[in-house]
Amino acid sequence: MGVSGTGEGEEGGPAAGASAEEAVADASAEEAVTDASAEEAVADASVERVVADAFRGEWGQVVATLIRLTGDWDLAEECAQDAFAQALDRWPRDGVPRRPGAWLTTTARNRARDVLRRRALGAEKLKEAAVLARDDEPYHPGPDGDGDDDVSDDRLRLIFTCCHPALPIEARVALTLRTLAGLTTPEIARAFLVPEATMAQRLVRAKRKIRNAGIPYRVPPAHLLPERTTGVLGVLYLLFNEGYAATEGADLVRRNLCAEAIRLARLLARLMPDEPEALGLLALLLLHDARRETRTDAAGDLVTLEDQDRSRWDRAEIDEGTALVESALRRGSPGPYQIQAAVSACHTGAATAADTDWADIAALYGELLRHVPTPVVRLNRAVAVGMAEGPQAGLDLVAELEREGDLAAYHLLPATRADLLRRLGRGQEAAQAYARALRLAENEAERRFLRRRLEECGGAS
Amino acid sequence: MKYVLFLCAPAGDEETADGLLDAGPRTADWCADGPGRGADPRLAAYADEVRRRAAGRGGARLRTGADATTVRVRDAEVLLSDGPFTRADAYIAAFDVVEVADLDEAIALAARHPAALGGGAVEVRPVWE
Repeated sequence: MGVSGTGEGEEGGPAAGASAEEAVADASAEEAVTDASAEEAVADASVERVVADAFRGEWGQVVATLIRLTGDWDLAEECAQDAFAQALDRWPRDGVPRRPGAWLTTTARNRARDVLRRRALGAEKLKEAAVLARDDEPYHPGPDGDGDDDVSDDRLRLIFTCCHPALPIEARVALTLRTLAGLTTPEIARAFLVPEATMAQRLVRAKRKIRNAGIPYRVPPAHLLPERTTGVLGVLYLLFNEGYAATEGADLVRRNLCAEAIRLARLLARLMPDEPEALGLLALLLLHDARRETRTDAAGDLVTLEDQDRSRWDRAEIDEGTALVESALRRGSPGPYQIQAAVSACHTGAATAADTDWADIAALYGELLRHVPTPVVRLNRAVAVGMAEGPQAGLDLVAELEREGDLAAYHLLPATRADLLRRLGRGQEAAQAYARALRLAENEAERRFLRRRLEECGGAS
Repeated sequence: MKYVLFLCAPAGDEETADGLLDAGPRTADWCADGPGRGADPRLAAYADEVRRRAAGRGGARLRTGADATTVRVRDAEVLLSDGPFTRADAYIAAFDVVEVADLDEAIALAARHPAALGGGAVEVRPVWE
């Protein structure tokens, strides 16, 4: 079943990226200690930087196209890795090609053809070699001629296949990071806090299921597209939240998941320009990310939105996110991501916490409820209503949720009650509610926050 | 690709079946012994779709798990046990073999079957080819 081959591909795959990055560092070290002219060293370093950038920018596209041509995910990764290794070898000598992505794809494709021919020799597997026979002529880059549309389609095919709902959710996330974003298996394992062998196995199983179960490599047809798109957006959002939940001390790879999610959301928004929810997701991620650094203090304690240092929010991300959500909403087809992004834009658009337009936010949560009628959204709306119309109005909505009991195990329900009571000056009742929240909360940073509030209300923790 | 659709009914149905020496009334409606011959109108819709796609490659309704015998061989000894080798919360009442382009098409068929629509489940398993 090619499992051992897969293993090799997994281990080998990362090398191109890692060595490109290391080579950049090596080049600058050499510059200091050897006789090589400074000019040459700088030129080498800059070529290697180009290769490293190309790896970030083109890996997914090269793999995606090779999967379409060969139908073999492991071979595609191997050949993509080989193409980047060749670039590192040849670009410093021959110069950087005008279209690095096209060069890399062609080089990978040629490599795949060689491999398949070699496999076919004496093995009666001529069918496999025939797959690439039609691309036999060497690649000649024409003026515009290598079909950017096909290439974009390939990446969309890859996104939708990685996020196919027949795969377990962890595998969808891992596969997206590996094949599309080019993260290595050890990096993905570190990011998700699982042993490397577990992650490697997860990727092998996912690729095997794609092949054996006949999961199609394509953008879903129109009747499946809406639900499958929702699935893709969900995977990217989950990816972002994994990084967002990582604390200051966490592994850099884990924190970088936010940047990867944004990069992928950006790609998806570009590839699906007619899907306002893709824009909405990108906007939401940018607006969340803009506040990331201010969410915890130096001690790792939670800082509420109200108390965050707004001067440290990332202005560029806020501007971009706000513009995106506005342009998405103008299409007149709002969805959960656009609405949540609009809520986020209300927060980031307020100069001070007191300037927040809570009535607007409450209305947006009302709209969100029509799309996502869950108790958690109702709880968020209760918070906004409590701010817009006064704590008592919020408490009434919280009481309704408490009566229905769906959120009985959710610590933010008593925490919200507690906060509303605190604002009403009913310290003793607030303390009781904080104590209830504390019994349900599991995250350590949240527990410290609740304990602090409990003490402020005069309760003992 | 060929897929086997295992048409699973909730275990409760089978208990009824023990009493009736037959599948329960609801299950009997959709696992009639030929495509489209059950009383459940949704079965006809499913069978129509299988025909439209020319996907049917056989299948059968099965006797209940009460009539099953599970066979194991350990140390050259044949060990038999009464009953099915399946999960306790459902049992395979019937199976269909279909040939379609890919998993998405197999899922589309499975999602139309009364077993999936009403309390049971359909397990879609690719045939080893």
